[in-house]
Amino acid sequence: MNKKSNFISFLLIVPSIVLVAVFVYGFIFYTFYISLTDWEGLSLHPSISFVGLRNYIKLFTELSFQRFRQDFFNTIYYSFFLIGFTLIIGFLLAVLLDRKMKGENIWRNIFLYPLALSFIVTGTVWRWIFAPEGGLNVLPTLLGGKALSFSWLSSRVSTFHVDWFAFPRLLLLAVFIMFFLWGANALFHKRYKKMGILGAISILSLLLGCLYSPHSRVFTHFLETSAAEWKGFEYATIGVIIAAVWQYSGYAMALYTAGLKGIDVSIRDAASIDGLNSIQFYSRIALPILRPISLSVVVVIAHISLKLFALIMAMAGPDNGGTSHLSISMFLQTFRANQFAEGAAIASILFMLAMIFIIPYLIYLYSQKRNTA
Amino acid sequence: MKKLLFILLMVCMQVSLFAGGGKETDLAKEGTPTGKLEIFSWWAGDEGPALDALVRLYEKKYPDVEVLNATVAGGSGVNAKAVLKTRMLGGNPPDTFQVHAGQELIGTWVVAERMEDLTTLFKKEGWNKAFPKDLVNLLGTKEGIWSVPVNIHRSNVLWYVPDNIQKWGVKVPESWDDFFKTAEVLKTQGIVPLALATNWTVMHLWESIALATLGADDYAKLWNASLAFDDPKAKKIWDVLDKVLQYTNKDASSLSWQQAMDMVVSGKAAFNIMGDWAAGYMATTLNLKPGMEFAWNASPGTKGVFMFLADSFGLPVGAPNKTAAVAWLRLIGSREGSDAFNPLKGSISARRDSDLSLYNAYGQSAAKSFQKDRIVGSLTHGVVSNENFMSGFSNVLEGFLKDRNTTFAAQATQSLASDTLLRK
Amino acid sequence: MMRRRLYDRYFLYGTIAFFALIYSLPAYMAIVTALKYRKDIVLAHAWNLPIPFTFHAFSEAFKLLLPNVVNSIILTVTATIISALIGSINGYVFSKYKFPGSEIIFVFLLLGMFIPYQIILIPLFSVLNTLHLTGSLIGLIVTHVVYGISIVTLIFRGFYDRIPQEIIESGSIDGAGFFTIYLKLMLPLVMNGFIVVSIWQFTQIWNEFLWGTTLTGQSSQPITVKLAQLAGGQAVAWNLTMAGAFISALPVLLIYIFLGKYFISGLLAGSVKG
Repeated sequence: MNKKSNFISFLLIVPSIVLVAVFVYGFIFYTFYISLTDWEGLSLHPSISFVGLRNYIKLFTELSFQRFRQDFFNTIYYSFFLIGFTLIIGFLLAVLLDRKMKGENIWRNIFLYPLALSFIVTGTVWRWIFAPEGGLNVLPTLLGGKALSFSWLSSRVSTFHVDWFAFPRLLLLAVFIMFFLWGANALFHKRYKKMGILGAISILSLLLGCLYSPHSRVFTHFLETSAAEWKGFEYATIGVIIAAVWQYSGYAMALYTAGLKGIDVSIRDAASIDGLNSIQFYSRIALPILRPISLSVVVVIAHISLKLFALIMAMAGPDNGGTSHLSISMFLQTFRANQFAEGAAIASILFMLAMIFIIPYLIYLYSQKRNTA
Repeated sequence: MKKLLFILLMVCMQVSLFAGGGKETDLAKEGTPTGKLEIFSWWAGDEGPALDALVRLYEKKYPDVEVLNATVAGGSGVNAKAVLKTRMLGGNPPDTFQVHAGQELIGTWVVAERMEDLTTLFKKEGWNKAFPKDLVNLLGTKEGIWSVPVNIHRSNVLWYVPDNIQKWGVKVPESWDDFFKTAEVLKTQGIVPLALATNWTVMHLWESIALATLGADDYAKLWNASLAFDDPKAKKIWDVLDKVLQYTNKDASSLSWQQAMDMVVSGKAAFNIMGDWAAGYMATTLNLKPGMEFAWNASPGTKGVFMFLADSFGLPVGAPNKTAAVAWLRLIGSREGSDAFNPLKGSISARRDSDLSLYNAYGQSAAKSFQKDRIVGSLTHGVVSNENFMSGFSNVLEGFLKDRNTTFAAQATQSLASDTLLRK
Repeated sequence: MMRRRLYDRYFLYGTIAFFALIYSLPAYMAIVTALKYRKDIVLAHAWNLPIPFTFHAFSEAFKLLLPNVVNSIILTVTATIISALIGSINGYVFSKYKFPGSEIIFVFLLLGMFIPYQIILIPLFSVLNTLHLTGSLIGLIVTHVVYGISIVTLIFRGFYDRIPQEIIESGSIDGAGFFTIYLKLMLPLVMNGFIVVSIWQFTQIWNEFLWGTTLTGQSSQPITVKLAQLAGGQAVAWNLTMAGAFISALPVLLIYIFLGKYFISGLLAGSVKG
């Protein structure tokens, strides 16, 4: 490699670096900055002033923003169920197709073609299927059964209610448990320094959790009322989850199939010699080997679950509180209510949720690289 | 020679003095427009012919102008508004655009300093007298008047099929208490008392209930911050709505307003509260005879009050063809223009002197009401509130539809109002 | 023993067929509804076969969507070509010319893949507005190209990594300069990369909605946006909507049918490392 080539090559990627620096990193910071102002967006001569965290406080506490808080829960539930079911069904399909079937490619194509569709197309078709007076509800009658009466996307039922204003305490307790277990694991491996740090974090979160109370003066300053606000899992999201899993389980299946094909024949032979039946093989041998694949499916589907905007808009429209998502309230607050700063705050929160998935994954990748280096 | 030059200089200075006048001078000039005129609206499909009639009238009057009819279809303007925002912010405004008169325009574009003041135009065309005073007040602010109404629609209308009402042995309710009694009778016969559709139609129902519960004066007070939304008087609106919802169809959120109207026409439901574009839908699209195959009344408890909304056109700052645009505005506010447009559209004219013989049975009855009733503005269609409030209120309604907590809804609305309505 | 295996086979095929049936239901529903006459579209009979059937909905949808199909084609083809070119250069550089800091910069570029687009939507909208690039396809093309840099670089790098370093070395020994090596030696070897990247970008850009609806004007809307308007319209004509959905989905479905192998590689490239 001569110096001249190195120099030319560097020059060639400078445009990309600059573009990404501006359009990705620069814009992210710009959005954060906007979220700390009171910019409304349409004015010819805007008067923008810095207001600190006021927009975030509004989102989390003001009564008129209860939709944001429901969307927050919805987003978490969407991600959780989407990842879970995509993994399970994708793995299941890959396992079935791993059993040397005739017409393997045809079956596989049936599960993969939904990936070619746009969310708008998927949403439009599934919306029709979930119409309460027809579609899926009518299906049992074709087989001689009684029609279903579930309202699907129009449902207003929810379960697992949590009081939003008590939610931080639950969260801190969950953090406490998580770090406690992680620290205990470190203790088990005699990594005392690591245990110390994790233990400190867990005790801190336990303390904060006990101290936190929605009725303490620190918070009532922000709250407009001390009444509880119950948020839970909305049944209306079930329809959207089904449509999204239908579209993306093929992706998990494709990855698992590639992974299963990559498992050495000798391992399979060893397993059958050891007397393991199929189920044991897949659960005890194959699954652990495929862990890197599971992990990357989790990351990719988590990323997709934050992009449900188009799917939900097509399936339930912008004003269905049951199916709504943070991406939709961000869009509406920015482009319908003309509140760019509040929209930016919602976008920032969505981004932080994404980082909760991405950053641990990147740390994991980095530690893998370090271990193998 | 020097004297000639001096006179020339004086003349030039005088001319430049007048030429450099503000926007008001431009509007007073009445030059013949040439060039292009881009009209931006969301009138497509069934509503297209009315706009076409206006355009043809304009082209006859000003043959030197090339008219570009730019429509963005869909969702009562949702898509058009989005496209308009992109254009205005991108420095590419149309010459004139359709917009709901009132706070929807004022709270969005006027406070953004992107609209021209039309006060002199109103004076010149005599619109301050031709339009009812209540209307002109709602079209403007202290700083000026911002759009010219091309039509008037009524929001607080109750629709029904007379034959069915007779068949079921009930009467058209004049108050909400009447409605509850009637609804019980209808329920026993398996009829849905009130057809309802997606979220915005609930807002539409809310404003009728608000008008009935508060009366015109208190209703108006809500919008200038004289009456709080969580005042016990205002909270009663939610109590009534809660009860009314019990008599609506369960699949409402998956229906469009036309589908709800279809329920009434087909006899599945008894009543529907909808704006009078429903008359256009039933008379033109469904080919029903107004007064015979469908009939109307003021929504329960609102007799004598006309809750209006108006489609209107304004003049954006930086419009490329100002003279042509002003000529358009003069046309739509004129008697000739509004009488060409409204009979085809199914709405009524904002003017007090329109030729009623051109309108169908519904139009004539509505016009008569408009002349003598007390006029208040619609919430759902942007007369009394801006887009920020309306968007947030949709969310409050969704929350209410789920948990039916009237106290919370009233408080949330007040919180929203103090955030969005009073700052401007 | 044989009987047990036979039962296993029955169970296997039965399960797979069951899943396949469920996965095909939406396609069935879409096509069947698109072929019906409007008056025959009744919720209670949604599953009935379209007898009588008509192609009227398809022709009407096609007429309505044609301008938007053109928009989508211009958008997707342009952005894909530019993306592929950028990716082929970037991937080459990161794979073969490891200057100090190149790994860090590579990771820096990659992170762009993971962000939810809402976080950059407002500045993007503002900046493109100021540059007068909104309302036309140009802003949308620029957007897709810039935010596609991450994934195309990643995919191409994977392909370049498989080419041994020796080829470059022997090329430079023979006196070839940077660009000669790139054009004459490297490019022919990564043709597969071009196909995979093109298919991936084509799919992503053709199917995209958020930017399509935010950054375009009336005349520049891609087909996803027009379909959403069609479906969310007032009185929904479901046969028209289904026909429109089918037409929107067709190009990428065709790519999937004929170039499925490359389609899948693109999918997997983003996740399986090394």
